Amino acid sequence: MLAILRDLLRYNVEFRIGIVLVGFILVLSMLSVVSPYPPQDVYVVPPDVPPSPSYWLGTTSRGQDVFWQLTFAIRNTLLFGGTVALISRVLALVIGLLSGYKGGWIDRVLMSVNDTFIVIPLLPMLVLFYFVMRDSMSWLMLALIMACLGWAYDARLIRSVAISLKTREFTQSSVFSGMSTGEILVQEHLPYVMPIVFSTTMNNMIWSIGLEVTLAVLGFTDINTPTIGGMIYWANQHTAMVAGVWWWITFPTIAVIMTFIGLFLLAVSMNEYIDPRSRLGRMGRVAS
Amino acid sequence: MSGYLAYIAKRLVQFVLVVFIGINLAYVITHATPIDPVEQSISAVTSFGNTAPEAIEQMRISLRELYGLEGSALQQYLVFWKRILRADFGPSMSAFPTPVSTLIARALPWTTGLLVVSTIVSWVLGNWLGGLAGYYQKSRALKLLGVIAMGLHPMPYYILALLLLIVFGFLWPVLPIGGGSAMNLPETWTWAFAASVLQHAILPALSLILIGVGSWFLGMRSLVSNVVTEDYVVYAELAGVDSRRVLSSYVMRNALIPQVTGLAISLGGIFNGAVITEKVFGYPGVGSLLVDAVYAGDYGLVLGVTTISILGVSIGVLVIDLLYPLLDPRVKVN
Repeated sequence: MLAILRDLLRYNVEFRIGIVLVGFILVLSMLSVVSPYPPQDVYVVPPDVPPSPSYWLGTTSRGQDVFWQLTFAIRNTLLFGGTVALISRVLALVIGLLSGYKGGWIDRVLMSVNDTFIVIPLLPMLVLFYFVMRDSMSWLMLALIMACLGWAYDARLIRSVAISLKTREFTQSSVFSGMSTGEILVQEHLPYVMPIVFSTTMNNMIWSIGLEVTLAVLGFTDINTPTIGGMIYWANQHTAMVAGVWWWITFPTIAVIMTFIGLFLLAVSMNEYIDPRSRLGRMGRVAS
Repeated sequence: MSGYLAYIAKRLVQFVLVVFIGINLAYVITHATPIDPVEQSISAVTSFGNTAPEAIEQMRISLRELYGLEGSALQQYLVFWKRILRADFGPSMSAFPTPVSTLIARALPWTTGLLVVSTIVSWVLGNWLGGLAGYYQKSRALKLLGVIAMGLHPMPYYILALLLLIVFGFLWPVLPIGGGSAMNLPETWTWAFAASVLQHAILPALSLILIGVGSWFLGMRSLVSNVVTEDYVVYAELAGVDSRRVLSSYVMRNALIPQVTGLAISLGGIFNGAVITEKVFGYPGVGSLLVDAVYAGDYGLVLGVTTISILGVSIGVLVIDLLYPLLDPRVKVN
């Protein structure tokens, strides 16, 4: 594991940039622990102060310090993406491994459902969900429902690997040695799909954070929990751009772009690492 | 030929399944939640002022009927399907008494136009440039394009639309940033109207196209860089086939096949993008309709737009699936 990290750091520019971006964002989110103001409080600092030595990123029209608000927002946004990714990874793994290993009608049924979830436009679904739930819509509930909707694409990916694992000799010998399906999937097949799981985690976080930002900006989430989208929502509510309070909207936007590009670069470099063809190419580059 | 028919039959079954599961999801969301949508709407209406108790009771009865909350669970379910199959979502509450179906029919051409044009432009452009970048791997300009695509692809549609809005709305106001056409023009088939529609579509389309080109570019580049190492490409090059011909008929054509499947898969995501882009630029399409309907608490309209978008996206996927055999002749044989 550490050797992989070292290799990636040494030979992969994308990975290096990704690590720097994600690391910066992580540090920023951890600073929320030492914030002098609670995240929910408003009018704790003078409103509409431009970036200055005393307020690094300025203050909002609601009298909040943009910098400290941003640390909470990033923390919540990352937690949200992580929660969705974690739950949907479990779903994708169970469905993908089972479908690939079992084959037959189980595979056909699961993959039909799977393809449906890939195709259905999710934003209107989530909007409908918000419409029904309204104020009872909590942060965790949104994460749960997005996890239930966001596993399909990765399940297909995992299934394609599981199909090839099934024909390998060690699967046969596990069957003959009397292992149950569950044991084979968890002990024998799971380690082989872990690299894919890691890289899809990044992509899934990009997807869920992107949707969360979109919903929050429209005001379709729990807007009192500070997230990046929530910050932009409040800035729009106070017409920050027109009022000239540009720092209120610019800094969250920069933070979220850094998060997306960082996560994406990590996913790309991991994919490249997994793909044997590009690994050969990389060895060639090092040798020459 | 029989392979082709089997392929089409399979796609049709999948289409029906997508619509079925999608509509059922909508049913579960609207009916299995602990919150009563009727009481929600009533409290939304009554919060604006005092309403007589009899009027509230009257409203409660008519809303329960409208939401299909009368009768047993099975009856409710059947009523739900009947409404959807007839495209009857009742009158809109926010634009009373216009029927929901009329509102959607009015908005649909805008969204369809925006989506079809921007999807085709970004798919063609992204694949063409990505193909070139995968084939001519030494080109500096194409490498730079790759870096830009890396930055564009993971961006959510909202953020890019917001950036475009800031650039063209505040910093360099040369393009209209709101509406579908100029306010004072009648919606008739005149050149002035068409020009105005095009001008207003530039920014919403651009935000969809930029992200789209980024994604297709990256996908195509990695596909092509894998295909060029195949034996038949090496053979063709050694045999002295013109390099442009190798690129178009040997490399691109084979790499394009997964990209067609990719288009079908990502259609739902592109539609999501259109919804938010329309809202940012005040484009009079289905997306703006949906968001405004939520703000206005218009249940019929929200449900109507959701089901129509499931149907629309599934039809789009079906059309792509049916065109697929034209590109991949293997489907006809299998």
